[in-house]
Amino acid sequence: MSDTPEWERRAARGLAFLRRRITGEYEVDEFGFDEDLTHHVLLNLVRPLYERYFRVEARGLERVPAEGGALIVANHSGTLPLDALMTQVALWDHHPAGRHLRMLAADVVFTMPYVGEYARKAGHTLACNPDAQQLLAQGEVVGVWPEGFKGIGKPFAERYRLQRFGRGGFVSAALRTGTPIIPTAIVGAEEIYPKIGDLKPLARLLNLPYFPLTPTFPWFGPLGLVPLPSKWYIVFGEPIDTSGYDPAAAEDPMLVFNLTDQVRETIQDTLYRVLLQRRSVFF
Amino acid sequence: MTAARTLLVTGAARRLGTAVLRDLAARDGANRILAVDLVDPPSELRVDGVEHVHVDLRAPAIATLIAKARPETVLHLDVLAAPGLAGGRTAMKERNVIGTMQLLAACQRAPSVRRLVVTSSAAVYGCAPRDPAHFSEDTQPHRPPRAGFGKDCVEVEEYVRGFARRRPDVSVTVLRFAELLGPGVTGPMADYLALPVLPAVAGFDPRLQFLHIDDAVRALRVAADGSHPGVYNVAGAGSLTLSQLARRLGRPTVPVPRFAAPWLGRGLRSLGVADLTAEQFELLTFGRVLDLARMAEHLRFRPARSSAEAAADHARAAEISPLIDPDRVRSAERGLRELLDRYAATAREAGGGHGPGAAR
Repeated sequence: MSDTPEWERRAARGLAFLRRRITGEYEVDEFGFDEDLTHHVLLNLVRPLYERYFRVEARGLERVPAEGGALIVANHSGTLPLDALMTQVALWDHHPAGRHLRMLAADVVFTMPYVGEYARKAGHTLACNPDAQQLLAQGEVVGVWPEGFKGIGKPFAERYRLQRFGRGGFVSAALRTGTPIIPTAIVGAEEIYPKIGDLKPLARLLNLPYFPLTPTFPWFGPLGLVPLPSKWYIVFGEPIDTSGYDPAAAEDPMLVFNLTDQVRETIQDTLYRVLLQRRSVFF
Repeated sequence: MTAARTLLVTGAARRLGTAVLRDLAARDGANRILAVDLVDPPSELRVDGVEHVHVDLRAPAIATLIAKARPETVLHLDVLAAPGLAGGRTAMKERNVIGTMQLLAACQRAPSVRRLVVTSSAAVYGCAPRDPAHFSEDTQPHRPPRAGFGKDCVEVEEYVRGFARRRPDVSVTVLRFAELLGPGVTGPMADYLALPVLPAVAGFDPRLQFLHIDDAVRALRVAADGSHPGVYNVAGAGSLTLSQLARRLGRPTVPVPRFAAPWLGRGLRSLGVADLTAEQFELLTFGRVLDLARMAEHLRFRPARSSAEAAADHARAAEISPLIDPDRVRSAERGLRELLDRYAATAREAGGGHGPGAAR
């Protein structure tokens, strides 16, 4: 009888959180990462999607180091970057050491009001070499989706086919800091918003990279924003060790290209393997 | 310690200038210190052992002064951050840019000058959403300032670079300060923080970085005493987001749509409430954080106060009292927790203790 009930502890935690938010007694790092808000609010908002809606199955989490820097490189899909958010939940909730994923996001994210604000608060920053290197050198787990808009905004017909992998900037950041690269395959995100068309003029007008047409959007208005409940798998692959290379190796374009290709092929192979094992899109 | 020398300080009547003079005079009585400004400093800031000279930097009179006094070290602090400090934007621009040109022209002719220290600002980086999280001294800014104080600083630095090229024997140090705060500091940021409610651009929460005025003085001392040619970012460690700063100050923020922000700034300025420029609002939209590696490694300087501590000290000195007292928030939290405890206790006594439902 002496132990306090769960609801009371939760209420006390909530009160302490409110007090901190009113008085500003919390820390924000130089990238704008608000750990307090991320733990107590932002992750709670997306967790139901992870647990109940997409029923994400994360495999190979033990391959992500418990401490020190690591670079998660994954395939991008799904019209909206839910795949990135789900990877963040996987690493925080299910990794034994509870790691924060610091993502590298496209610049358009930071030009958009509210979106950019909360992206920074959730720990993400602009995809550029100085930021990537600094986070890796600080021992953070950094996430990068090198396909960018080509990946996330590709038509449904091209699902699970990896697009061009940027210019290998992520490989040089890993080489310079000697951090392992973890090729990661995400299956299920392709089916959430099947993009069957693109209203390019409207996208240009709104300053967006694309304006997607899906079977439900925009025909059903806001209802069309409800993603399809596909079943997800996030597979963290065998890390590629870069500590054996000299930091100057980052200046060797051939090595960077080769490593980029190796990462890309590993992800593509894993995608095909998981797709073969998958029984259905939704279960 | 170095042998007795002559130091010339410009912008000597302003807050930073007088603090630097006091620091110089207190350390070494043997030095001759020449303080140059248009006016004398306010009497309470006057420093003993300093020669005050009234010279308008925009006029060639400064050349005569330098030729006669033969200073060894020149500290150029007369780069103004806001039109209000100079009496209009035109006057500000002239004083910042033409003043620097005249001073540098005079220094170039003076073989006595061995060391030049210029205060610039982090405003040279502008701010844009496409910039990296930290500006290092070599970062190519995505959107360099096109007007205002930032543009002045860019031009001042260009002339200083030209001077350094023509006088390679002079050690030239440029310090890019973050937003200055602290007791007695005025300027756009201080004006902004003094507002009873802080207008904030809706949908953006900038990361802000500050430098305490005492640390600025110490940084200038390091630069004036040693030989550290180059450009250095100088700021307090860490950063604060605007919302966090507002909460720590106990001031509510009012969201303002981005397009309306410059109008609001103009309105407040014409009312004489606050000297808020368009570039101030850019900073309040996208924020700016400096990379301080070079400051730590090459200047071997570490500010005593972090950005958060600088802001807190400024608030204390400027008597920015919180609208919502943090102690009252804490006691409210305690009260609610006691209520919760009592409620839980009665719930337990009522049997089960499995939740609030049990008490009903």
